Amino acid sequence: MRCDPADYHLIAPGKLEAVVSLLANEPGQWLPIAGGTDVMVQFAAGRLASRKLVSIWNLPEMQGVETLPDEIRIGAGSTYSELRGQVVIASEFPLLTSAARWTGGIANQNRGTLGGNIVNASPAADSLPVLLAYEAELVLVSLRGKRRVPYLGFHTGYKTMLLERDELVQTICLRRGFSGYVHYARKVGARNAQAISKVCMAALGRLRGGVIEDVRIALGSVAPVPLRLTELERVLQGKPVEPKLVAQAREMAAAAIEPIDDIRSTAKYRSAVASNLVGEFLEQLRDKGNAA
Amino acid sequence: MTETVVGTSAPRKEGLDKVTGAARYIDDITLSGMLYGATVRSQVPRGTIKAISFDPRLDWGEFVTVTAQDIPGKNCIALIFDDQPCLADGRVNHPEEPILLLAHVDPHRLRKAVDAVAIEFDPLPPVFSIEDSERCAQVIWGSDNLFKTFLIEKGNVEDVWANADYIVEGEYTTGAQEQLYIENNGVIASFDREQGLTVWGSLQCPYYVHKALMALCNLPPEKVRVVQVETGGAFGGKEEYPSMIAGHASLLAMKSGHPVKIVYDRLEDMTATTKRHPSRTRHRTAVSRTGQILGGEIDFTIDGGAYATLSSVVLSRGTIHAGGPYHWPSIRIRGKAVATNAPPHGAFRGFGAPQCLFAMERHMDRIAQVVGISPAEVRRRNFLKPGQTTTTEQTVREEIDLGKLLDRALELSSYSRKKAEFARENPARQIKRGMGIAAFLHGSGFTGSGERFLASVVGVEAGADGRVRVLVSSTEFGQGTNTVLCQIAAEALALPYEDVRIAQPDTDQVPNSGPTVASRTVMVVGNLVRSAALGLKQTLIASGLLGSSYSAEEFRAAGQRHVATHGVLRSFARYEAPAGVFWDDEKYRGEAYATFAWAVYVAEVAVDLSTFTATVEDFVALQEVGRVLNPVLAQGQIAGGVAQGIGFALYEKVVWQNGRMQNGQMTNYIMPTSADLPPIRVFFEEIGNVHGAYGAKGIGELPMDGPAPAIVNAVEDALGFRFNSVPLLAEDIFEAVSKEPSGALLPAGGK
Amino acid sequence: MAVSPENQDKGELSLTVNGRLRSVQVHPMARLLDVLRHELHLTGAKEGCGEGECGSCSVLVNGELVNSCLVPVLQVEGARITTIEGLAEGPELSALQKAFLECGGAQCGICTPGMILSASHLLTKNPNPSMDDIREGLAGNLCRCTGYMQILEAVARASCRGPGA
Repeated sequence: MRCDPADYHLIAPGKLEAVVSLLANEPGQWLPIAGGTDVMVQFAAGRLASRKLVSIWNLPEMQGVETLPDEIRIGAGSTYSELRGQVVIASEFPLLTSAARWTGGIANQNRGTLGGNIVNASPAADSLPVLLAYEAELVLVSLRGKRRVPYLGFHTGYKTMLLERDELVQTICLRRGFSGYVHYARKVGARNAQAISKVCMAALGRLRGGVIEDVRIALGSVAPVPLRLTELERVLQGKPVEPKLVAQAREMAAAAIEPIDDIRSTAKYRSAVASNLVGEFLEQLRDKGNAA
Repeated sequence: MTETVVGTSAPRKEGLDKVTGAARYIDDITLSGMLYGATVRSQVPRGTIKAISFDPRLDWGEFVTVTAQDIPGKNCIALIFDDQPCLADGRVNHPEEPILLLAHVDPHRLRKAVDAVAIEFDPLPPVFSIEDSERCAQVIWGSDNLFKTFLIEKGNVEDVWANADYIVEGEYTTGAQEQLYIENNGVIASFDREQGLTVWGSLQCPYYVHKALMALCNLPPEKVRVVQVETGGAFGGKEEYPSMIAGHASLLAMKSGHPVKIVYDRLEDMTATTKRHPSRTRHRTAVSRTGQILGGEIDFTIDGGAYATLSSVVLSRGTIHAGGPYHWPSIRIRGKAVATNAPPHGAFRGFGAPQCLFAMERHMDRIAQVVGISPAEVRRRNFLKPGQTTTTEQTVREEIDLGKLLDRALELSSYSRKKAEFARENPARQIKRGMGIAAFLHGSGFTGSGERFLASVVGVEAGADGRVRVLVSSTEFGQGTNTVLCQIAAEALALPYEDVRIAQPDTDQVPNSGPTVASRTVMVVGNLVRSAALGLKQTLIASGLLGSSYSAEEFRAAGQRHVATHGVLRSFARYEAPAGVFWDDEKYRGEAYATFAWAVYVAEVAVDLSTFTATVEDFVALQEVGRVLNPVLAQGQIAGGVAQGIGFALYEKVVWQNGRMQNGQMTNYIMPTSADLPPIRVFFEEIGNVHGAYGAKGIGELPMDGPAPAIVNAVEDALGFRFNSVPLLAEDIFEAVSKEPSGALLPAGGK
Repeated sequence: MAVSPENQDKGELSLTVNGRLRSVQVHPMARLLDVLRHELHLTGAKEGCGEGECGSCSVLVNGELVNSCLVPVLQVEGARITTIEGLAEGPELSALQKAFLECGGAQCGICTPGMILSASHLLTKNPNPSMDDIREGLAGNLCRCTGYMQILEAVARASCRGPGA
């Protein structure tokens, strides 16, 4: 253990208002910690620079999944296990269920939170491409009030995001209405469980009259931030899924991403696999994608 | 005579403690007044130490500091060549080399102190690969970077080429592999002038540590005591390394007058301690039209890292096993261990054999391709038969039928049906499947004269309560030492298993039964346990206290009476080499091992061409092991070894940069989880073994030898690409497939 | 916990461990693993990696499996913790512990406490798991000795024996 607990403050005010007050009154001083599955790894490795931490674990204002007619609202403090247990998510947002299942093992799923995944902003995070594909919106809360922002574009660069110093992600909102869509998610890691993604993809699509009516393709681990391939989606819109289109899509996907060589994998491998996954998704869309 | 204890799945002796959390490993133990110790290590792979400075913001008076100057005895970790310093003195040869030791009562302050020592180096040009080492542009060890060489020659290799219908060549490489025991290395050392030095630790060989500490601390044997405590996995990684960490803790204990605990965290353990030797094997084989091996040359080279440690012995085993379970009328095997500026490599289950057998079994598949026969057939035509001699001219004296073993393995794995099915279906599928075979052998016990040199001694004792205790220095670290040795003693004494205990391996209490390595424990030590137990029985019978047949209560009563009259009753047995066993250390010829275990493994692999990942879908592990003394334990050994072999083949890669491991964490050094492994189907055959307890052969390392080649053979079967290296990762498969997208089989062909 | 933000000293914290209310003097950022091992002398939970990968530090917090090396102790103030030492009811071993002994599920034993707790958690949630369920449930616990075969068998056997595993 390479950090000394004596060098760190950790407080748990227990209420959202107290936390956001702290963040407002002492900006940049306090690092929020939820389940700790990222922060505590840094701590043990001797790499946790922030000396003051404020616990947002189990904050009542950040728990639970609310089901409304048009959307569901997921408390940012929801753990992956909690997400896996939600029927509405399993039936209407199955990609989120998949991502939750793929994140770590059961013990880490019991502690890791969706909000933590967003704010930790690892390029390899498994749930972030899912949020892009479902076009999530985030409710950000501070002492100044709440604001609601699209998740698309929330991450502006490696580990940077449109979150003010005094803000917390409180809720993740997902609009309902994806029945009839083909949902596709795939994670490629070094092993079947407990693996950091080399490539991960979340995609949705629907055909009508034999052509693509709506398609969303998002990839993780292939750029400093999770990517929505909006260019590619525009090209696919309104077209039938034919071999030439699939080939073009694969090429465009490879061109749209910026994978790197790192300790886990290579840029060329990631490109090739990302292409393959896009192709695989489109083939599934073709086979299963006709709306009623 | 049918046995009643041996051959049954007697419950693990220390199992209750393990399932209740009562088992105490070294980090669970605290001594009063104990300090924590830590190591300040080199940052450069090779160089001279220019200056050591201590950050003035810390009060260094609080810390115990030890450098090479504090070493009372010889500054080396005594093993074989004695070339490895305990603490670097002026010169470093690898990027984790220990330079300085610190101790403090607070482990957190200690950590900060380690970071507060700054060392300046004058770097020297390092050597990182086998090829660079061979080139000798830099000589980093001895006069030529060579730790050791061996030469095995049989028959007349010069003559085979002219008559060959085919000459088949190949080069095969294997990477480093981390043992990854789940419990990191740790020891506690305590010293006082009266008692001397006591070390408790997670270790395999208490007497290795004992020998090393005598030399390092300049203490006589009776002033050094080494005690093995419950050990959370070892696999060879705690064979020689503990002498180093024990040496460090001992120096700190001696200087401070306090007990000192050193336990590594995962990062330090992975980066600084030993790993499997990387290897390069070159084959050149003369083959007849019908696929018979006429002879050949094998060039087997291993990378030993910066110091010799056990490289000469790893090389020995690798060189001897390089020809596999085949008949070589003529052969020349050159073995070579070279130095590089990486942390020294060391023992890891298999010990040279997984490396050379990977090459041999890949090469057999290559020969099959060139000749145009099946992988099964090429093996069948070359298997050793009883009466034939191995590469070291050891005659196969037992009635082993490798052809039948192969047949059974093929049947158990549905090899032919699946191979045909995959060949039919693969062209249209994205997930390609293949089958692969590996046939191999593993010698039990120390090589050649090794066992004679060890002269192991074992004791069996009747205590004051009349109960029996086995006295060995052989350690338990999961493989079942405690259980099986107690079974053997119980069987020999006709006592219930529950009545026999085993002493904790404490050099003050147990004789030196040799190290717990080389798959020797059940076979060699077990045989001695049996002898010693029989000796105990004889003593009691001869004393008139016991009849020749007796109940457990009568035995206990006899023991109690004998001890009451004569004191503690101990019977010892010492190893004696079997008659007629001959080994020539110069020519490296003769009976290399008392016996070999034999195996045929079959892997079914699926390669998903959308992600290029290979997974093992089914695995059959069939082996002939003499006699299975405990079915549950034996199955567990094989399954665990196969799992490590699967890791070696497809998952475990050490990423090196400047001689330092970059992925020294479990997140980035990938071993298989329960979600990654197929059912590992284990089967045994038993033809007995005259040299082993109740006919047993060693099995601990055998299962490490087969999986990698079986799997890579299967991948080639699935894809038509020839991979000759492990680990074989998805990225490697991708590289090959992307260069040759048509997936065409590389052309078969001869010279 | 009675500690002020200006004060980095240890503070007193209560939690229920294996059914007993315990009070410890700790820093809020002390890892639950270290508190269990050093303050409460419950050494069954082990540190294999310190990064939440190996699962040998697994314990139950309010009945949920967690890697205690990743939990700051302040966050479990007032919680109900179960470690391997609390699994057996008195002298009688649990069905899982018995099954591990019978099937050879423990070799070196270092992963065993975490593995048994993980399995216990699985069987509580899913009393009749398939082999795939068991594999998934235990995928966060690494074992280097067994190749998992006999562990999976032990969990399957315990699940057949009914509740109270």
